[in-house]
Amino acid sequence: MSGQFAAVGAPIKNVQLLGHVTGTTQYVDEISFPGMLWIKAVRSPVARGKIRKIDTSRAEKVPGVIKIITAKDVPNNIHVNMAGIGIGPPDEPVLPEDEVKYKGEAICLVVARDEETALKAAQLVEVEIEELPPVLDMEEALKPDAPVITKWGVNAFIYGSGMDGATKPGRPGRPFFLVRRGDVETAFKQADKVVKGSYVIPPIEHAPIEPHVCVAKPEPGGKLTIYTTTQAPYFVRDNVATILNIPASNIRVIAPAVGGGFGGKVDPEFEMQVAVAAMRVGRPVKWRWTREEEFTISTTRPAIKVEMEDALSKDGLILGRRARLLHDSGAYTRTSPYGVIKSTVNLSGPYHIPNVYYEGYCVYTNRQPSSAMRGYGVFEVSYAVELQMERDARTLGVDSWEFRFKNAYRNGQVTATGRPIDDAYLVEVMKEAASLAGVKLPPHLLQMSSWG
Amino acid sequence: MRIKFKLDGEYVEVDAKHTDTLLKILKDKLVVGSVHFGCGEGTCGACIVLVNGRPRYSCLTLAGYVDGKEVTTVAGLAHDGELSEIQKAFLENDAAQCGYCTPGMILTAKALLDRNPSPTDEEIFDALAGNLCRCTGYVPIINAIKSLSKKR
Repeated sequence: MSGQFAAVGAPIKNVQLLGHVTGTTQYVDEISFPGMLWIKAVRSPVARGKIRKIDTSRAEKVPGVIKIITAKDVPNNIHVNMAGIGIGPPDEPVLPEDEVKYKGEAICLVVARDEETALKAAQLVEVEIEELPPVLDMEEALKPDAPVITKWGVNAFIYGSGMDGATKPGRPGRPFFLVRRGDVETAFKQADKVVKGSYVIPPIEHAPIEPHVCVAKPEPGGKLTIYTTTQAPYFVRDNVATILNIPASNIRVIAPAVGGGFGGKVDPEFEMQVAVAAMRVGRPVKWRWTREEEFTISTTRPAIKVEMEDALSKDGLILGRRARLLHDSGAYTRTSPYGVIKSTVNLSGPYHIPNVYYEGYCVYTNRQPSSAMRGYGVFEVSYAVELQMERDARTLGVDSWEFRFKNAYRNGQVTATGRPIDDAYLVEVMKEAASLAGVKLPPHLLQMSSWG
Repeated sequence: MRIKFKLDGEYVEVDAKHTDTLLKILKDKLVVGSVHFGCGEGTCGACIVLVNGRPRYSCLTLAGYVDGKEVTTVAGLAHDGELSEIQKAFLENDAAQCGYCTPGMILTAKALLDRNPSPTDEEIFDALAGNLCRCTGYVPIINAIKSLSKKR
């Protein structure tokens, strides 16, 4: 095949390799300008609380401190990451006005001539916070008597009311994303066996070796250039334009080589803060997060809880599935409503289940916001689906290879959301995997195919 | 304080505070682009340089320590535009993805091969224990080092 085509079937070199081995690849941390200042944040020591007072007087006296930035310096403080593609609601402040919603949330920013001075001064800012009871557990957050931490009165995203950006405002909403197909009640009545399972995944940090680094440089005419470790320069541009209240055309985002992202650099997490600081002081400003900030502040893959119930026939078919998925969005929306949709529609895994009822909840808690990570929404659910498949097979006393071969999608079937399947290859992939793993499959499985 | 050392074969002299790390001096004062900040606490290896031929975390090394010594970064390995053997081996084996850990990996590998030209797999794993690659491309990195092992 490689003789026929230039690219298909031919190995392709990473074009950046020469830069990598000579150490000349340009990362954001190597970008510097004369007169460049540094940022350090004063962070919340509590998961939830009212800000009573921010006293910056001692910090301002430290030689080398240029300015301390608070919510008052932000022209349009409230934003949401994916507003550019119509996902709402804007619920996250660049800097909090009166309430902190997770431990480590930046309360104000110290801009100083170097990193050490900024750090020293940040430690001298005195913040008075009245601690409020936090919501740290997803099940607790959904209880009627839980403290409410969102503006709309329930600790879950409302799908279908216009808040999701996809439906018209005024339509009735639900506090979960619903996927429904067939007649799940009848499937459970006809079942020979019913198998229940509950699955939990903790948050996972992307932990790229390169931390978050951003340099923002004001340009003549009210313009701004932002150099940042981003996987999504357009999200950065749109969000910075929103919070500065200036046209997006005034903002130029430069995304040099990224030292590992894995989805952790999709969200504009700190570019808005650096942009405000740069515009306020009129000089280039840099912020490089510490490893501690990477783990405690930057987004993680969401924590997930899935409860699943399968209706099985004694000949080894899944007749129906009920599932309830909780996705921990953390304190703010970020990309979570979209992540929940991906998770919920994937609760069947790569298997044909004719009757399903799935509820996916985007739950708000007082934890660091979560967002995308490799295979966003799908990986978390695959873990639950595959463990449930093992549990189903063991309960029926069927070999789990056989159980998966029988229930795998075939071409011509439809998914839980009604999409016709024309690219099913699970049976073929499983045959190959078994062979690589040295598993001898019985002849009746080897005769199966995705086409019938 | 004034410190003087050899950086990639050239003498340099810089002012440093007693608390300045070698990483800070290399990045901020000498504008060395290939030494990367990763963790700042001696875990990831992105900031590794060779001091008198031995790999050191520059984030944990005080600048004063290298006074009078020889510091080598990955930029010091190529000569007259010709890549060193170890750089060529990384290039040929596709031993880098995002590239952030690569200079540290190459310098650690060089220090290993300089003192042990034919390392076993175990010795390669041991030598790389202080260098993290979050893209998890360890196999091509190990293959690159093995391709230079004199036993092969």
